[in-house]
Amino acid sequence: MLYIPCPHCGLRNENEFHYGAEAGVAYPDPNELSDSEWAEYLHIRANPKGWLAERWVHFAGCGKWFNLWRNTVTHEIGPAYLPFTKQPKAPQEGSEK
Amino acid sequence: MTNTKDTLSPGAIGRRKAAPLPEQPPQLWKTVKPKKAYDAIIVGGGGHGLSTAYYLAKNHGLTNLAVVEKGWLAGGNIARNTTIIRSNYLWDESAAIYEHSLKLWETLEEDLGYEMFFSQRGVLTLAHSVSDVRSKRRNFYANALNAVDSEWLTPAEVKKLVPIINISEDVRYPVHGATYQPRGGIAKHDWVAWGYAKAASDLGVDIIQGTEVTGFDIRNGKVYGVKTTQGDIAAGKVGMVGAGHSALLANLAGFSIPIQSRPLQALVSPLLEQVLNTVVMSGAVHVYVSQAHKGELVMGAGTDAFNSYAQRGGFHVIEHQLAAALELFPIFSRAQVLRTWGGIVDIAPDASPIIGRTPVENLFINCGWGTGGFKATPGSGWVMAYTMANGTPHELNRPFALDRFVTGHLIDEHGAAGVAH
Ligand SMILES: Cc1cc2nc3c(=O)[nH]c(=O)nc-3n(C[C@H](O)[C@H](O)[C@H](O)COP(=O)(O)OP(=O)(O)OC[C@H]3O[C@@H](n4cnc5c(N)ncnc54)[C@H](O)[C@@H]3O)c2cc1C
Ligand SMILES: [Zn+2]
Repeated sequence: MLYIPCPHCGLRNENEFHYGAEAGVAYPDPNELSDSEWAEYLHIRANPKGWLAERWVHFAGCGKWFNLWRNTVTHEIGPAYLPFTKQPKAPQEGSEK
Repeated sequence: MTNTKDTLSPGAIGRRKAAPLPEQPPQLWKTVKPKKAYDAIIVGGGGHGLSTAYYLAKNHGLTNLAVVEKGWLAGGNIARNTTIIRSNYLWDESAAIYEHSLKLWETLEEDLGYEMFFSQRGVLTLAHSVSDVRSKRRNFYANALNAVDSEWLTPAEVKKLVPIINISEDVRYPVHGATYQPRGGIAKHDWVAWGYAKAASDLGVDIIQGTEVTGFDIRNGKVYGVKTTQGDIAAGKVGMVGAGHSALLANLAGFSIPIQSRPLQALVSPLLEQVLNTVVMSGAVHVYVSQAHKGELVMGAGTDAFNSYAQRGGFHVIEHQLAAALELFPIFSRAQVLRTWGGIVDIAPDASPIIGRTPVENLFINCGWGTGGFKATPGSGWVMAYTMANGTPHELNRPFALDRFVTGHLIDEHGAAGVAH
């Protein structure tokens, strides 16, 4: 069970949260996109081996979405940050994104 | 090879002893050094990579061929899964490819000359609510239309088949009925990998372990070989069959695929007397259980919520699945958990596989089997071999091309079945 730092409520058990995959994917203007660009927006999300900035929602607490750096190999937790704020650097020098 | 179709009647439960395993031949496959060049290279020595190699050699006469595996043969999901085999999927496209695979299973031991303990003991899929009953019955009718064997059982019929199951009404998830596929079953997974490896090696395929593919030689949109931890190897065609690591392989080749990698766990009990002679699945409560040849109860759990390459999952996922299993099978309360483990599975948005060409010429992909690809091991390799040999997909895997995410023609088995394995 991961301990996840909700920016609003502090450290809580993983099973109070739902996962939302890659963070920071902006909603594009569908009229501006080709079919394959739209497919990419809909279906492709980062899936790196290493640090990943991802979304979580604290459904059993404050109910709010936030972003979190987490390592997909070691399960280390990095900094959490609020949507639409500046993304902190990935915790490790030269880490993959 | 023997047909290990299970003939246990419920009355015989508890009295059956496991037969000893047959002797292994002194050598299953040859240990070789990689050549400088091959006609084709398969990246990934799991079940699907090995079966692809075997059918390329056997069906298409392509034997100047290597399987390149970063770890050891059968160290991935092929030997981490709960071995449930069935073909009773909802959509026509899925039923067709899984049924093709099940037909291949039915003669596989004879074909490969190697025993795999393929046992058609039937697969029960339980329904626990009114809406669950509705969707399972829809599935059952769809199977009938596709000539896939399937039956609808009442709770009493379920109890007759599985005497140890609890069908009382006053539980959290009562049994309201089930679909039953008599031709479904299980097999011994590592032996499946070894059988394909042996048969491929006998036909001249090089099996190269401990060698990671770290890049591709791609010029003007065409692949000419792979870069590995043992040096560069040239190849006319390359097939990526990397299961949970497929998104990383695609990135190495310069494109992205809609795959997320998640841990999926399973567990076994110590060896017990036989108490369960069919496979019981319940998507709603995340219980998948069968009793293996030697007597251990084999149970699958759900996936963890997040992306991971750690080959392990959270213990709360195991606890959740065991709580549900104990309600269905109160007798399991006295069994112990001997071992738990995890594998990294490759999940596509529609929970269906991706098999076919890629944006790079002569580079092919086979992935996205997620939580349920063991049963497809023969069929997946069969159509992948056809696709690589001919440069165009077989009719069975044409609907599973990468371009379905652009056309919108998804094959949504997630929503359809809600069943993992
Ligand atoms: C716990 C669990 C339970 C499951 N239960 C069932 C079930 O009951 N029924 C069912 O049908 N399916 C089940 N599955 C799913 C099934 O195991 C998989 O869909 C299937 O095994 C995937 O194909 P594979 O055998 O080729 O994968 P793998 O055995 O994982 O093979 C992929 C191989 O590629 C190699 N590789 C990756 N990257 C590279 C690289 N860069 N260079 C070289 N080699 C590389 C890996 O090391 C690995 O050996 C389950 C899976 C798990 C984890
Ligand atoms: Zn919170």
